[in-house]
Amino acid sequence: MLLKNSYLVFKKDLSSELRTRYVINSLLMFVLVTISIIRFAIGDEKADNEILTGLLWIAVFFTSVSGLSRTFVKEEEKETSVALKLSTGSDSVIIGKLLFNSALTFSLNALILFLFVIITDYQIKNLSGFLLVLIFGNLGLVSASTIIAAIISKANSKGTLYPVLSFPVLLPLLITVINATKLASLGAETDKLFGEIQILVSYFIVVTVASLMLFKYVWED
Amino acid sequence: MKSIEIVCDNLSKIYSGKVIFKNLSLKLSSGNSVSILGKNGSGKSTLIKILSGIISANKGSITVSENNIPVPGNLCYTKIGLISPYLNLYDELTAYENLKFFCGLKNNSDIGIDEKINFYLNRVKLFDKRNETVKNFSSGMKQKLKLIFAVINEPGILYMDEPGTNLDSEGIDIVYETAEEHKKNGILVVATNDKEDIKLCERSINIEDYK
Amino acid sequence: MNKIFTWLVFLIITGVIISGIAMPIPDIPALGDKARVLYFHVPMSWISVLAFFMSMWYSIRYLKTKDLDYDIRSYSCAQLGFLFCILATATGSLWAKFSWGSFWNWDPRQTSIFILLLIYGAYFALRSAIDSEDQRAKLSSVYAIIAAVTVPFFVFIMPRIVESLHPDPIINTQGKINMDSSMLIVFISALTGFTMLYLWMLNLKVRIEKVNYKKLSLND
Repeated sequence: MLLKNSYLVFKKDLSSELRTRYVINSLLMFVLVTISIIRFAIGDEKADNEILTGLLWIAVFFTSVSGLSRTFVKEEEKETSVALKLSTGSDSVIIGKLLFNSALTFSLNALILFLFVIITDYQIKNLSGFLLVLIFGNLGLVSASTIIAAIISKANSKGTLYPVLSFPVLLPLLITVINATKLASLGAETDKLFGEIQILVSYFIVVTVASLMLFKYVWED
Repeated sequence: MKSIEIVCDNLSKIYSGKVIFKNLSLKLSSGNSVSILGKNGSGKSTLIKILSGIISANKGSITVSENNIPVPGNLCYTKIGLISPYLNLYDELTAYENLKFFCGLKNNSDIGIDEKINFYLNRVKLFDKRNETVKNFSSGMKQKLKLIFAVINEPGILYMDEPGTNLDSEGIDIVYETAEEHKKNGILVVATNDKEDIKLCERSINIEDYK
Repeated sequence: MNKIFTWLVFLIITGVIISGIAMPIPDIPALGDKARVLYFHVPMSWISVLAFFMSMWYSIRYLKTKDLDYDIRSYSCAQLGFLFCILATATGSLWAKFSWGSFWNWDPRQTSIFILLLIYGAYFALRSAIDSEDQRAKLSSVYAIIAAVTVPFFVFIMPRIVESLHPDPIINTQGKINMDSSMLIVFISALTGFTMLYLWMLNLKVRIEKVNYKKLSLND
């Protein structure tokens, strides 16, 4: 029942998003704008991987803090959350939203990485290690941003509050993931990245468990 | 037939330091109906929200029991139907998709759901519009759809907050018909100031008495 | 009882300030007289962390009981924690200027306290963006807990990124506290004194917030 309802919430969010394209369209534009700014800032110079990795993660961070709150904010703004509250438990709502945000983040990040590599001539020497770090980093990014999205959807001035609240919570993840992707792009062996991956996995688990435990307090008004 | 009972014990709600109501006790069981009266802004909707478990009271307790067995607090929503102005359905989905989604959440199997949705859509004369997105509905049509949302899973307790809003006389007749039918076995609570709505219920409480 | 406590705080703090500034200290290589900041900087840092976790603890209590009293405590802890966090940053920065040559150089310890400042800032920003006090209490509690579970990660992350210049390697070689007994006495009384001062201020702060809250309730 829990899994079925989570899947239904996920499917509902996905089909309503595919129909309105509210988040996707603006995020696609956002990604394009960010990547072009990076392109114009670098110009024809050859930037090294230390700087490029940082720029890549700036693009990823700001894309996620401009898009991932939408799924909760919309439920509050359109007053559909009451209908959802009376139809299913809070657990399936948070799992459904986590699934939706993961789908969104993974597809957007694939796009960001693709455009970034094309535009800036970013060399990744250890691609499998890089992708492994990216996947675990994204999982943690999604679970932290989703619970914070749930919190800010009930507050005023949602847009500005979201990056302010997300940044300190995401910082341990960002520091680790930037460091690990930098090492991977410079060609470090995957087993050298094991320590970083351990941190990313435990961050994901800790934040997800805390979200699942705390979400019911956020969800009831 | 399942019997249902709701007991509220000394409910109090304070919002921004202002007492909305205090020491409100209420006991209702199958077949009971009550209307909640009070001026605009007196807290009728707040009471409905607390009773339906959307927001919590500052003091007091609410117990819902089915066949004399208390329902755990986190499952109370399964026994409740609500129609109110602050509850909306998804604009970008069609009428059918909305109902299918909410029925799917509350039922374990899909068997018979389509028939049920079609039956209710026919009843409020929205069957022709079933594949149109709710965004294009008039407010009266939306209200009718919300009525279906409230009753389609046959809840034990039905809360109606200003049920007549935006409805034509035909729509209001459907609301009354539904309410009368629900009253036979379930609990009906109506928050209203409309004289006709009050007649639906066997008794009424005035929220101003609990300030 | 309360009065005795107040006097005790006053006496210890006075003693710490006088002996901390005026009492001669043994020569510590590379630190010298600058080591005196230790009597003030370490207690401030300790209290900003203590207040942070106390705030989280009261947040958990609030979510369990829904008693606004705990929210007032959690908020008061955060406010005092923020104050001590700023003091720790300032004293640490001064020390850094005279020992390492610049006020700020993203040392792991400086980064950690910067993050603590950010979390406190975000917590207050969230609180000021919510109107209803129940909602405010609930959401800020959830945020405090989420932030607190991510803080311990820095313990594992920071050593991987940069080497620390922070002087516990100098003062605590091989895990031993390398202070002579007179310094140790002042240091320990500074820790106790400032912690007691924090608790005393917390008590006062909680009472003020409660009065404010009651005043609000009577104003309708």
